[in-house]
Amino acid sequence: MSHSKDDILAGLAEIINEETSLPVETIELGKSLQDDLDIDSLSMLTIMTDAEKKFGIRFDDNASSTLSTVGDVVDYIANAQA
Amino acid sequence: MTSKIVVTGLGATTPLGGDVASTWAALLNKESGISTLEQEWVARHQLPVTFAGQAKVPTKDVLAHKEVKRLDPSSQFALVAAREAWADAAIADVAPERIAVEFSTGIGGVWTLLDAYDVLNAGEARHVSPMTVPMLMPNGPAAAVGMEIAARGGVRTAVSACASSTEGIANAIERLRSGLVDVVVAGGSEAAIHPLPIAAFASMHALSRRNDEPQRASRPYDVSRDGFVMGEGGAALILELEEHALARGAKIYAELAGGAVTSDAYHITAPDPEGSGAARAMLQALEMAGAKPEDVVHINAHATSTPVGDIAEYTALKRVFGEHLANIPVSATKAATGHLLGGTGAIEAIFVIKALQERVLPPTINLDAQDPAIELDVVTEPRKLAEGPALAISNSFGFGGHNAVIAFRSYDS
Repeated sequence: MSHSKDDILAGLAEIINEETSLPVETIELGKSLQDDLDIDSLSMLTIMTDAEKKFGIRFDDNASSTLSTVGDVVDYIANAQA
Repeated sequence: MTSKIVVTGLGATTPLGGDVASTWAALLNKESGISTLEQEWVARHQLPVTFAGQAKVPTKDVLAHKEVKRLDPSSQFALVAAREAWADAAIADVAPERIAVEFSTGIGGVWTLLDAYDVLNAGEARHVSPMTVPMLMPNGPAAAVGMEIAARGGVRTAVSACASSTEGIANAIERLRSGLVDVVVAGGSEAAIHPLPIAAFASMHALSRRNDEPQRASRPYDVSRDGFVMGEGGAALILELEEHALARGAKIYAELAGGAVTSDAYHITAPDPEGSGAARAMLQALEMAGAKPEDVVHINAHATSTPVGDIAEYTALKRVFGEHLANIPVSATKAATGHLLGGTGAIEAIFVIKALQERVLPPTINLDAQDPAIELDVVTEPRKLAEGPALAISNSFGFGGHNAVIAFRSYDS
């Protein structure tokens, strides 16, 4: 089952909220994961692991280096489930 | 003359309370921290033991979401205890390079390890949390404490089962006398109230099975004692050289006068029935303190409430103290807290320090009929300690034949 980008953002925001306790409404497409949301590399890997389970997708081994914003992650998930 | 080492801060979270003050008050009030486990896994695994000493204040009530998320419960307890101790000591302006940590655990991140194994068994390797390794490692609690206070003078973890944190406190003496650091945060924590450790300790017949009376289950020295009771939590001490503490105008609780570690090389779990290794540890700690056995006015015994262990420690005590043993009031505080395994030495050190400072010896609950083979003066009601210089010891022994003893002296400022 594929999810719309709105659904993906909502689901990703829940995952980020669980990891960081940031309010879901502050997790917007344009936000930088590192600079705006203060997500470090271990948290990023945790978020990706949780997203794989939630969306039934797989990140490439080097994917985290290509993902700098929330929107990048949403796009990656959308493409991965296509 | 060797510099004195003093205690300037205390912190704890235990089955009796979420800090030192509430824990100590509950201990003096003869409360029990033991209760029936309500978790669903008790019935699911048909655990033969259905109770334990759970932390009175859940860590999620006092730590930030991210701290709970990224730390194993053993590290969460460590952080809570160390934060209280650090604030209590009110240390400022010490270079991070001059601060060290000696923080122990007996088992480490058992919840993290086994949860991750469940995830692995349920599916794919890639679903295992990236936080698994930093959360399960036994140095995790020490590392969490070190990061919290920015300690860059070395962060170490003594692991010697139930002797761990007493050994860590003894190790702090060497660290401070090396002259390389000014402050050591020493302590220990444990979070092993998980079905696997309970099943494993029960399988070796180490745990009490008094399921219908959990609050009466931990009963050191009683004729009907039938094993120890698992507890969880953490405790931390701030230790400094006396001149360092005086120079910054710190309040001083007590002097850490000595500490020693010996080993039995006898049996992996059974204590040496002659108690010679335990006795040597006590004598060495007293020697370091410049004291004789007859100077000791109080003992916080290891006394886990196992039939064999309590006798073995008594044998060792007789070797060290001889006739004088009859004059020494002994407290067995695991009766109230349960056995915090790697954290137990640190919380019992705090009980000794508070006893010396407040001049009151804590009671041993549940002693209804003292084992006639153990002729000790067991403190069963809070008992006033006479004025004057006072020396007390705390014993901890661990599977593996580990013996660790620390000695504290009252401090007259």
